[in-house]
Amino acid sequence: MKLPLSGLLSSMLVLAPAIATAQGDGIQIENAWSRAAMQGRIGVVYLTIVDHGAADRLTGISSPVAEKAELHESFSEGGVSKMRPVASLAVDKDKPVVLAPGGYHIMLMDLKRPLNQGDAFPVTLSFANTGQVTVQVAVQRPGAAMPMHGSGMPGTKH
Amino acid sequence: MSASTQPPSQSSRRPALIYGSIGLVLALLILGTGAFVWLTQGGTAALVGGPFTLQGGNGQQVTDRTFRGKYMLVYFGYTFCPDVCPTTLNEVADAMDKLGPKADRVQPIFISVDPKRDTPEVVKQYAAAFGSRLIGLTGTAEQIAAVAKEYRVYYAERRTGPGPNDYSMDHSSVLYLMDPDGKFVAPIRPDENGTEMAADISRLMS
Repeated sequence: MKLPLSGLLSSMLVLAPAIATAQGDGIQIENAWSRAAMQGRIGVVYLTIVDHGAADRLTGISSPVAEKAELHESFSEGGVSKMRPVASLAVDKDKPVVLAPGGYHIMLMDLKRPLNQGDAFPVTLSFANTGQVTVQVAVQRPGAAMPMHGSGMPGTKH
Repeated sequence: MSASTQPPSQSSRRPALIYGSIGLVLALLILGTGAFVWLTQGGTAALVGGPFTLQGGNGQQVTDRTFRGKYMLVYFGYTFCPDVCPTTLNEVADAMDKLGPKADRVQPIFISVDPKRDTPEVVKQYAAAFGSRLIGLTGTAEQIAAVAKEYRVYYAERRTGPGPNDYSMDHSSVLYLMDPDGKFVAPIRPDENGTEMAADISRLMS
């Protein structure tokens, strides 16, 4: 289940042109990826929000694969790992907000179906100004540490 | 005025001084002995780890003795942890790959701090997702409390909503290397990547 380093590097080299994005008015969602997970359990989504327009705010998340999706933040305090829900997240013009391991992430609760490596599933992000932006999330192996080739398939704005 | 009051007050203070001195000497003796024992047992070595009884993936009883003869690489977490735990366990799995033949002498162990949700079956499936080497252990609330205490691991439930599953676990983010006799060797940094972990573990193994 390990990807050799050379494979990692080469996939990173071709990553940039392969990234497709979900576009809102000024909002783009890039590098949306997840980790394989079991039905009835929890999942995670990582992505990058890029805003080329006016400042906006992420206020809600949903996905048909989960009963509930929430924005969470992981952090470490005095050697203790903690995770807390985050009600909303400000997005400023040209300052990408990165949801990545060890920080902000979307937690999928009570998965309605298993997330299998190689699958893709939609996640809809609600922004205060832009409205809803849906992105396809690529499922990686269970402990994947970063997006792989082909992550972030085209999404649609509602 | 002072001449008449001073002698009685001095004499009444004398026993207090004597007892105080004895107390101080005793305290120093106890502290000294404690420090001696602590140092001879390898500093914090005596303070981390100890016997435990838990449940394996098939509900079978697993104890610290089950792993005697192998180094144990012990991590505490929970399976409803979507972010940090999988990230760390992935690096542990990577470290095991990078250890090469030495990996056969190391048993990575995941111990749940969320026994309410993490049944043996769940922990088994969860561990299996990170390669064939990782073993997932859980137990009763009392068994988990006991092993966490021995390994000096803090954990606490934090509610995030009204539902039964709406809570996360705060937990000490630690990774401990224990020797083939079950004795503490050293902590391994859980934020290292697999290559760094493998180098640390390899250096610490005899």
